[in-house]
Amino acid sequence: MNINQVDATMPFGNTHNQLKMNYTAEQEYPDLSKHNNHMAKVLTLEMYANLRDKQTPSGFTLDDVIQTGVDNPGHPFIMTVGCVAGDEETYEVFKDLLDPVIEDRHGGYKPTDKHKTDLNPDNLQGGDDLDPNYVLSSRVRTGRSIRGFCLPPHCSRGERRGIEGLSVEALGALDGDLKGKYYALKDMTEEEQQQLIDDHFLFDKPVSPLLLASGMARDWPDARGIWHNDNKTFLVWVNEEDHLRVISMQKGGNMKEVFTRFCTGLTKIEELFKEKGHEFMWNEHLGYVLTCPSNLGTGLRGGVHVKLPNLSKHEKFGEILKRLRLQKRGTGGVDTAAVGGVFDISNADRLGFSEVELVQMVVDGVKLLVDMEKCLEAGQSIDDLMPEQK
Amino acid sequence: MDSCFHSFQFIISGECDPVPLEEEKVTPPCGKVKQKEVLATPWHCNKERHTYFCSAALKKVKALPLYLIATILQKIRPTSAGLKYLAVCDSESSRLAAAASEGRVIGRLLCWEKGRYPQHSPASSSNPSVYPSVCPFFKTSFIWRDLVCFYRVKMASSFARILSSKRKVGILSLVGAGSLTVGFFLNREQHVNAGAHVRRIYPPSAEYPDLRKHNNCMASHLSPAVYAKLCNKTTPNGYTLDEAIQTGVDNPGHPFIKTVGMVAGDEESYEVFADLFNPVIKERHNGYDPCNMKHPTDLDSSKIRGGQFDEKYVLSSRVRTGRSIRGLSLPPACTRAERREVEKVVVDALAGLKGDLAGKYYSLTQMTEQEQQQLIDDHFLFDKPVSPLLTCAGMARDWPDARGIWHNNEKTFLVWINEEDHTRVISMEKGGNMRRVFERFCKGLQEVERLIQEKGWEFMWNERLGYILTCPSNLGTGLRAGVHVTLPRLSKDARFPKILDNLRLQKRGTGGVDTAAVGNTFDISNLDRLGQSEVQLVQTVIDGVNYLIECEKKLERGQDIKIPAPISQFK
Repeated sequence: MNINQVDATMPFGNTHNQLKMNYTAEQEYPDLSKHNNHMAKVLTLEMYANLRDKQTPSGFTLDDVIQTGVDNPGHPFIMTVGCVAGDEETYEVFKDLLDPVIEDRHGGYKPTDKHKTDLNPDNLQGGDDLDPNYVLSSRVRTGRSIRGFCLPPHCSRGERRGIEGLSVEALGALDGDLKGKYYALKDMTEEEQQQLIDDHFLFDKPVSPLLLASGMARDWPDARGIWHNDNKTFLVWVNEEDHLRVISMQKGGNMKEVFTRFCTGLTKIEELFKEKGHEFMWNEHLGYVLTCPSNLGTGLRGGVHVKLPNLSKHEKFGEILKRLRLQKRGTGGVDTAAVGGVFDISNADRLGFSEVELVQMVVDGVKLLVDMEKCLEAGQSIDDLMPEQK
Repeated sequence: MDSCFHSFQFIISGECDPVPLEEEKVTPPCGKVKQKEVLATPWHCNKERHTYFCSAALKKVKALPLYLIATILQKIRPTSAGLKYLAVCDSESSRLAAAASEGRVIGRLLCWEKGRYPQHSPASSSNPSVYPSVCPFFKTSFIWRDLVCFYRVKMASSFARILSSKRKVGILSLVGAGSLTVGFFLNREQHVNAGAHVRRIYPPSAEYPDLRKHNNCMASHLSPAVYAKLCNKTTPNGYTLDEAIQTGVDNPGHPFIKTVGMVAGDEESYEVFADLFNPVIKERHNGYDPCNMKHPTDLDSSKIRGGQFDEKYVLSSRVRTGRSIRGLSLPPACTRAERREVEKVVVDALAGLKGDLAGKYYSLTQMTEQEQQQLIDDHFLFDKPVSPLLTCAGMARDWPDARGIWHNNEKTFLVWINEEDHTRVISMEKGGNMRRVFERFCKGLQEVERLIQEKGWEFMWNERLGYILTCPSNLGTGLRAGVHVTLPRLSKDARFPKILDNLRLQKRGTGGVDTAAVGNTFDISNLDRLGQSEVQLVQTVIDGVNYLIECEKKLERGQDIKIPAPISQFK
């Protein structure tokens, strides 16, 4: 006798929502009194009560969305988002929660705003002449999600493997400068692993509680892998924090070349997916849809590793970056400190600006920062170089 | 026709919505009746008394599975309203007392046997607890035998309002002793917002985890066939197989011990996923077969012989176990409200402890700095789990909400709330008086059980698996009784591991599991959890540790020691 037959298996999380409905909203509402993240600021008891009986068609619930924010009250340096999407529909079904979070996180982006996508590298002006004495490397990354599949917090093993299969197939059809090879995390040899580590390509199982609490690391390392071209300038992560993370990079300051390869590669990959009948998650309001609301829109982080030993000590450094709409990180990425005066400088925005606009900001901004650094080296003041707020 | 003829009768009180059924003639089937036949057999309804008759000949009445009863109940009570958190128990169970006194008994399943019993007077039609003794069909005398009783498990008062709502699902969960298996039925309403996309469904073969590099009990027994059979099933609370095995998939193996690799989200998990749990339990518990063995529970500490160790060697004594509150999901699956409910139920009960057991509760969310420091100094404070074995199972969600520590004023009886289980109960003291530690342990546990039963709650327990806890490794007694003992000479003897093995003891470092011994002091405790009673296990530890001390003394005097004969595992 069939004890119980469900139509779709929901493998993870609080998806047995019916059980929670036996309790009142007050009884289930999380204690957010000590929390400091975007979700906690927005999620009132009333909102919780209104949204908690809803779920997306694949069964993602409000509690699934907010679990990471409940488990991680706050980050010492940055205001974290505190919620994730389990599928494309999450942003619709739970818009009452996510719209204000998005607005807060993305500088006032309204639910009615439209996002512009521009992946034409010819629209970028300059960017090929950043001084390589200061700019050590240039890099652009973004993410892409395959429509019709659940996102990493919610996907089943079968789906994740499906995503890997499709991605490997599409990437396998790239040629020319983009021709490359896929390394599945669970099948790679010792030598391959060491080589990927030396190239700084290998990604590890997430250790950040922000990611773990959302369920993205389930079944590691099943269906995860790294693809890169033979030239080692174009890299794709499969099934890490998003379905695909696409990275274009090279040493030196030729951001134009990096961005051109980025756009070309992305466009080609998108075409290859479309040939097979798949497309990326995208809409007019949110742009490219990714797991974390902070990566909506372009999902783009374009940046450089740049030597700014003098400027970084200047009292106005933070203010300058803010006006240029740039952010700094250590050279190990988010949550790391700068080493030897070398900083990772990248765009602060993701949504509401197109890809070209964001990379333009980086190119123009870094150029100015390098000029300021040279001034300070020469003992001159940088006051007349101070930029306007962008 | 079988000479031993059984029939069944449901008597349901008026709490359920009466459903008018047409009176139909009954044709008792011949011989052994299969499920389908029982289900197909029409039920004759006496509307005034909400009594339903059915004739079904079964060879072994006690083998009527509960899910079948549930299905029958669902058939005759399709609205299911009022059957939320329905429990069933053997009618001789003392658990019935609280339920009856609070008017929570809503029905009985009776069976009668023909021809062996004296005639009874006809029952009064207004009192459903007196059973009719004349079968309406065969006009011969029968005696009614209470097979099971249905009663509502006590929940918080807010449930009274919820129960009247028609949107709720019906759940039947097993309560009490007996060989009846758990069954359930589910009437789920969907609250899905219609979306444009339909979720892609993958076949079990595409979802089957890659366990080739895994070394845990779950991986040893989860074949693709078992996965395919179980992956679409859920417990009444919605817990799935994938959730149960997630921790084992995410954690391929521990360097020193073969981990279990799966957890239960609720009591029913052990039934719904029995095809996987049973072999895992058998492997982990050294051959205990849940399908045909029974677990003895014995908390009568007066049966202990000896139990006062030589304090020159034994530095401290400790007994721990866990208990789960029936009707509430376990830590991997519980909702915030359920976890808070567990906290409330247990803290209320603990507040009723008196004498040397009187104590105080410290909630993790509300304790002061001083309280926290004191608990750290006493080595009582537990932290958010960091072990991926636990975090991957979802036990650390919403930390530290509804977690806390209770201990008595004398600091010899300690309860952890909502850590890895609903409750972990620990009795301990410095020195070697294991007897007194166990006495306090039993007294405390029985008191707590009495106090929660007064309020209508009970512990999860059944005859096959004993006390139900989150991890299958803790089933049965969930008991680990141990001492910190110094054995400088014996520990260096090559025969030490074999001696421990034959005594059915295990050694750990003094930091607990996964630690090394410091100096020559070891944590020695029982190896087994399931298949022997608490008294038996503690006696094993007492006898075993005494033997170890004797060996140590012999070695001190330059005498030789002997490896003892292996003691039998299942008594």
